[in-house]
Amino acid sequence: MAKKVFMLSEVVKVEQLEKYFPVQKGFLEQLFTRELRYVKAVDGITFSIRSREIFTLAGESGCGKTTTGRVIVRLLEPTSGKISFKGRDITKVKGEKLRLLRRKMQIIFQDPYASLNPRMKTVDAVGHPLEIHGLAKGEEKKEKVLEVLDKVGLTPPEQFINLHPHQLSGGQRQRVALARSIILKPEFIVADEPVSMIDVSLRTTIIDLMLSFRKELGLTYLFITHDLAVAKYISDRIAIMYLGKIIEMGDKESLFVNPMHPYTQALLSAIPVPNPERKRKRIELSGEVPSAIDIPTGCRFHPRCPYRTDKCSKEEPLLIELEKNHFVACHLIK
Amino acid sequence: MPFLEVDSLTVDYQMRRGTIRAVENVSFSLDKGETLGLAGESGSGKSTLGLSIIRLVPYPGVIVEGHIEIDGTDILKLPEHEMRSIRGRKVAYIFQDPMTSLNPVKRIGAHFAELIHTHEPNTSKEEALERTKKVLENLEILPERINDYPHQFSGGMRQRIMIGLAIALTPDLVIADEPTTALDVIVQAKILELLGNLRKMYGLALILISHDLSIILEKCDKIIILYAGHMIEYATGIELHKHPKHPYTQGLLHSIPNIELSDQKLAAIPGSPPNMLNPPKGCRFWPRCSHVKEICRVREPPLIDVKPNHFVRCFLYGKEGVHVERSRKS
Amino acid sequence: MTKEKIKRSILARLIPGLTSLTKRGPSGWMVILGIIIVSVLVIMTVISPWITPHDPTKIRVGDIREPLSLQFPMGTNHLGQDMLSRIICGGSIMLQVSALSVLVCFAIGVPIGLFSSYVGGFFDRACSLVIDAIYAFPGLVIAIAISAMLGPGVVNMALSIAVVYVPSYFRIVRSQVLSIKELTYVEAARATGAKWHTILLRYVFPNVIPSIVIVATINFADAVLTAAGLTFIGLGITKDIPDWGWDLTDGWNYLSSGAWWIITFPGLMIILLALGFTLIGEGLSELLNPKLQR
Repeated sequence: MAKKVFMLSEVVKVEQLEKYFPVQKGFLEQLFTRELRYVKAVDGITFSIRSREIFTLAGESGCGKTTTGRVIVRLLEPTSGKISFKGRDITKVKGEKLRLLRRKMQIIFQDPYASLNPRMKTVDAVGHPLEIHGLAKGEEKKEKVLEVLDKVGLTPPEQFINLHPHQLSGGQRQRVALARSIILKPEFIVADEPVSMIDVSLRTTIIDLMLSFRKELGLTYLFITHDLAVAKYISDRIAIMYLGKIIEMGDKESLFVNPMHPYTQALLSAIPVPNPERKRKRIELSGEVPSAIDIPTGCRFHPRCPYRTDKCSKEEPLLIELEKNHFVACHLIK
Repeated sequence: MPFLEVDSLTVDYQMRRGTIRAVENVSFSLDKGETLGLAGESGSGKSTLGLSIIRLVPYPGVIVEGHIEIDGTDILKLPEHEMRSIRGRKVAYIFQDPMTSLNPVKRIGAHFAELIHTHEPNTSKEEALERTKKVLENLEILPERINDYPHQFSGGMRQRIMIGLAIALTPDLVIADEPTTALDVIVQAKILELLGNLRKMYGLALILISHDLSIILEKCDKIIILYAGHMIEYATGIELHKHPKHPYTQGLLHSIPNIELSDQKLAAIPGSPPNMLNPPKGCRFWPRCSHVKEICRVREPPLIDVKPNHFVRCFLYGKEGVHVERSRKS
Repeated sequence: MTKEKIKRSILARLIPGLTSLTKRGPSGWMVILGIIIVSVLVIMTVISPWITPHDPTKIRVGDIREPLSLQFPMGTNHLGQDMLSRIICGGSIMLQVSALSVLVCFAIGVPIGLFSSYVGGFFDRACSLVIDAIYAFPGLVIAIAISAMLGPGVVNMALSIAVVYVPSYFRIVRSQVLSIKELTYVEAARATGAKWHTILLRYVFPNVIPSIVIVATINFADAVLTAAGLTFIGLGITKDIPDWGWDLTDGWNYLSSGAWWIITFPGLMIILLALGFTLIGEGLSELLNPKLQR
């Protein structure tokens, strides 16, 4: 009984999650080698998201953040590991149970031009989830769609319900996608780079809408982004991913005030600041992000790390809590 | 005399369903050694403007008005074959997407060789090879990789190769169109630094086109803010950052999250960029402007110098308007 | 949806659709021209009982092999039948055969293509193998073989042509589905809990329709020509129904004796009908492709 109460505040928990993609072998390779190689997109990550929290997975392209998001909502099947939703193990849930689960977990995609069916009018695109789950149709569906379009700021909603995506701007399309994601009144939303393809002046609108839904609808978010400045604006907690693993994780304040991992420090120093008078000191990193097929031994960041030691190439560091609510995976930090 | 002079440039896209005036009445000048930033969102016309400078606006784009002078020559009057000798040699263009801008079946060395031989056909093979190796060195690409194919390089390296191709013939002006948009932030910082160093090393004029105002503010001496094809503000980076005059510029600066600030209050600009087939009458920004007045809906504001070397296109300034000063709290 | 609503919505979309075609440049005009040609021929065939000057099957309305004259603007054939009347009625069989074959093809090729490519895996590979095998044969050869097996008649002709064309539909549908099912909006539909048949029907299929329409029109054109070919070889209809294909075959025999009109007019009509469909198909393909390539 006590355990259940403790778990209630955790909406999503991910334990040792792994997602490997087998590498397609060329014809000759297939004949001569038995060895299978994998792209280790997500290589063992653990984190939990608390109720009404905005948890951000941040990192550069190829770090595995997008894959993690897709695996959590079961658009991709995990290779191994455990996913829990409100205390229930949902890793292998299938069929009708999975469909019911989908009412509670939704996802918003990055590209507003690709995430809407070009042949569906707005009322159908947004209202279809209601039909799928047998919640409403016809007039009732239309009413609910009008309601939710109003919520996302597409007013007057009547003007938008019969439009097709090509008649809407990028910002409007993303709002439609947002409307579609909240119409089932979910509890958890994965937002995969929701504003990176939208004009800068419109980003804040979408972000503020997401924040207001947290209050109004009690939503919990997994926010995925490569833009740490946006992450700083919206998140409660942030985890930095590199080559499939979380290398630093903590409250927004502690992470930005005291970034401990060399990669995090380099990342933060590389972000442009809209101030011509600030001369930043950029931390140099040698080389480039290696392929996720051939992950370096030991600490996967060591080939590029300015502080690497012998130990770093041999032993993989564990994610340890070094400060209150601030976890780092690095041998050199005590 | 400035190296590049653009005067009242207007570019249309003449399509069957209507004409889009992508760039209207844009004027500016640029000296060697200076960096100009063209900032704007989708539909602002910044890419079209960049392409018009080398006369590569794609069909059905047409330069309908204006003058462009490069090193004293009016390039709009030049025949195509003379223009071709300017492209690549005097003015180089770095395209947005490094993934598709290189020929996938040509080795890197061959890309450079072709470029050098096109413009300087009397160069020997050995000389071309030497020059290529030197450029790759400057770009921090191992010279052994000269025989590799584009797909063997990462996105960041491919963009560096593009930059290398741009500077290989030591041009006087380089136009970089969203050079880092497709790249990660660490690579982006490296590329921008590289561009800055090359500019200093070769004394080039650089035009940086981007929707990311942060990098424009960081790297550019002078900045033009474009909105719906119009030049709505033109000033130095420092001046623009401290005293943005146009409501759009102010709105834009208020909507960019700054990683160095805590507890930022960000504000979005309401509405969306206009439909370029049917833009608003008068000032193109008025439907989204919080300071809109009657005259804004009817007449287009002229470009006024509110301060020396600081130009704004807005009725809030000049004789018809009231000066509204909003300095940035840093 | 009531019949009224359906009628209203189709018409409502047709008229602005057609007028907008005029603004789309040469491809738009191709489509319009094609539609006009096909419509004229279809209407002509439909109202033929009322507009033929003579009974097309009646023998000896005029002299045998009479050249063009005011009474017989297209001359007469070796049985003394009025060519003009035969031309006016002659499209009926062709239109029926091609329409039926397109319908059958559509009903078989499209669902198999949709299902096979969406499901993927072994089933898909097996289907593709069978379909590719059929595709490898020259169309006319298959049509002849099947038609010889089934015997003469409109339906049998249609079926043999249909078999030839199912692979085209399958392949086009399959290539479209393979690319569409990876698109984000399909992923989004999965994420909201849609079942596979809902996704196929409401997300994938509507986006595949443009390409199917193009194949269908080319299919029509080719069916017309194949039907003519079958009749030429003697595998088409046997009853004395006025048919361009039949007259084409017939007219071949009298060419050497100078009666050029017996073969020429049916031939022209067949070309015209095939041309009409091809114009629609090609025009649509040009119009829709730039959008598809985005």
